[in-house]
Amino acid sequence: MSGDELRAVVIATLQAIAPEVEAGELRGDRPLRNQVDLDSMDWLNFLLGLNKKLGVEIPEADYRKLVTLDDILAYLAAKTPAPSPPSR
Amino acid sequence: MIEFKLPALGADMDEGTLLEWKVQAGDAVKKGQVVAVVDTTKAAVDVECWQDGTVHELVAQPGDKMPVGTLMATLLEPGEQPGAKVSRGGTPPPRRMVSPAARKAAAERGVDLGRVAGTGPQGAVTLEDVEKAAPGIAPPTDKAAEMRKAIAAAMARSKREIPHYYVAEDIVLAKALAWLQAANATRPMAERLLPAALLLKAVAVTLKRYPELNGHWRDGAYQPAAQVNLGVAISLRQGGLIAPALLDAGSKPLTQLMQEMTDLVARARAGSLRSSELGEGTITVTNLGDQGSEAVFGIIYPPQVALVGFGRIAERPVVEDGAVKPLAVVSASLAADHRVSDGHRGALFLRDLADLLQRPEEIDQ
Repeated sequence: MSGDELRAVVIATLQAIAPEVEAGELRGDRPLRNQVDLDSMDWLNFLLGLNKKLGVEIPEADYRKLVTLDDILAYLAAKTPAPSPPSR
Repeated sequence: MIEFKLPALGADMDEGTLLEWKVQAGDAVKKGQVVAVVDTTKAAVDVECWQDGTVHELVAQPGDKMPVGTLMATLLEPGEQPGAKVSRGGTPPPRRMVSPAARKAAAERGVDLGRVAGTGPQGAVTLEDVEKAAPGIAPPTDKAAEMRKAIAAAMARSKREIPHYYVAEDIVLAKALAWLQAANATRPMAERLLPAALLLKAVAVTLKRYPELNGHWRDGAYQPAAQVNLGVAISLRQGGLIAPALLDAGSKPLTQLMQEMTDLVARARAGSLRSSELGEGTITVTNLGDQGSEAVFGIIYPPQVALVGFGRIAERPVVEDGAVKPLAVVSASLAADHRVSDGHRGALFLRDLADLLQRPEEIDQ
């Protein structure tokens, strides 16, 4: 999955919980929960949604690493298969 | 003959508009079965029947706005023979097929469905039909403003009628969170427990020893409740809040309580709650969660007599064994009704709750 595809999946998962989110207004380097009103239940559902869509298991001990959108994308990219090289 | 009336749906929902019947005359109904959908200022509510019987007559018609306690239908008790119908005069209008969304829009805009031509399957009236019939005559009701008005009315009544007292206690959660972390390490993601579930369960367990905090003040007297129906204050994304109850929270295992809490939050936000969840809370818990402020002092939700508030769980300096240590702490507060209990008992309740949270393994037993 490419970086853009991954970002699209993450944003769609977020919007399923917080429909008011505008993808273009999210800053990747700022804490996500300072930009979007997500309570602990929303956050759990967001991570569960990512788990379902991407098949990535996220141990609870890793939750603290997932602060910004960039953190989340990097974490997921490391755990999802890299995109296959373009065929000739 | 059983008179089926619109049940109480909470202090801030004293009337409702019938959107649709889920049963018709002659249907056998079971206790707990959803028989109607009623729209309130806060949400569309699935109204349940509270006993077994057979539907005799549907007295209320879709679109009718009625206060709590209004006769909606009559039911025959098992074995009872039908008698005279409770007619509202004249013959009932023929049954029309109207989509729930169209019915809701018609009620909001004051459109007479009898005058709307249906263009849907078999002549059913669709949302589009209603919108065409009401091109901007009446603007749609401002749901947010209505909800704000309902919350204001209930909270003003609470502050006017209930002599509140408040007590608060900082509770160290280091052991509770370590226990949760260990429990979650072996659980799949979908079954992990949130600290909120542990706090709710601890409140329900502690309340068993404080019956004066769990019940209702009705007709000038206190009626303790037989079980703990824990109202959970849930904020809605479009603004406002609603406090449906986790029924019999004290006797449910933590895992089940967590699942039910997840389900309740999802349904509250989707606007699909049941009448029993809205009308039968015996105490409310408001939990600001990890994005909230340090502490909260709530307003009691009448006719309940107490409300427990939890602020944000955060690491704070705590003196333990003569040394200052950074430990996870939550500020817990109790707002309670002085007509029923005193501050001393309220303080003991919070102390007992704090003690129980130091023995997390006992909470789920």
